[in-house]
Amino acid sequence: MAPRIGVVVFPGTNCEHDVVQAAEAAGGTGVLLWHGATRLESVDAVVLPGGFAHGDYLRPGALARFSPIMEAVRDFARSGGPVVGICNGFQVLTEAALLPGALQKNGRLRFLCQPARLVVASTASVLTSGTRVGDELVIPINHFSGNYTCDDETLQRLQAEDRIVLRYADNPNGSVDAIAGIANGAGNVVGLMPHPERASSALLGSEDGLVLLRSLVGAASARAAA
Amino acid sequence: MRFRARVEVQLRPGIADPEGATIERALPALGFAGVQHVRAGRSFSFEVDAPDEGAARTTATELADRLLANPVIEQSRLELEAI
Repeated sequence: MAPRIGVVVFPGTNCEHDVVQAAEAAGGTGVLLWHGATRLESVDAVVLPGGFAHGDYLRPGALARFSPIMEAVRDFARSGGPVVGICNGFQVLTEAALLPGALQKNGRLRFLCQPARLVVASTASVLTSGTRVGDELVIPINHFSGNYTCDDETLQRLQAEDRIVLRYADNPNGSVDAIAGIANGAGNVVGLMPHPERASSALLGSEDGLVLLRSLVGAASARAAA
Repeated sequence: MRFRARVEVQLRPGIADPEGATIERALPALGFAGVQHVRAGRSFSFEVDAPDEGAARTTATELADRLLANPVIEQSRLELEAI
């Protein structure tokens, strides 16, 4: 049976249907989860999709962290469940301290909406297990606050523990160490600014996101079988 | 007692501030000379009911640290007055 990929919908989220469709193209079954719910409806993986959760008021992700469902997401992550935050979802994961660092305004204050060339830096995560280090992927970015920032100590730990999963080939937003995506220590929680769901069909100009989503669906299958 | 709190949030020193830098770059064109180290930030105000100033300060500080500022990149400064 196809694993169930839960896709969280906050007020202001706008990429949930794209993620459901792409997750299904990658072999999963998409299940929308409202942010006010307190349970995850036996899903095998959770995606926090892009958009503007709670209007991005205060800071992107700052209020979403307090949505009721986040407690369940936290427990799911703690138990080893695969959790991926895309774009605004990445911002939510850092605000919720499920991932270190913060996403601040892009260098040069530009809203960026363009294909980004990415290089796989680590395969030790639920999102990149199906790739090889050095693989190049072209996946769109679409953000104003995607400039990954952290202190030196955190950066050294991310590097030493092989937790930087994706880097930009040409760092469009000024991120520290050209970071496009990171994982937690166990590799089951991943955040990235690029949108793999927007690169999930030749019709969209790139299918490079599918390898990432297939990795996630694979991790979800393993979780379902466990 | 009721207190008025004003919380100022700014990026920590050393964290790049593209907004402040952009404002600073615009200054010469406007004829402002000798202005430097512009940092952008935001300010919040709210009122707190508490038995005394210490308790109000504790509540306002916690609110600032847990919600108004992201301690990873920002710092906050609190001003409190009885009203």
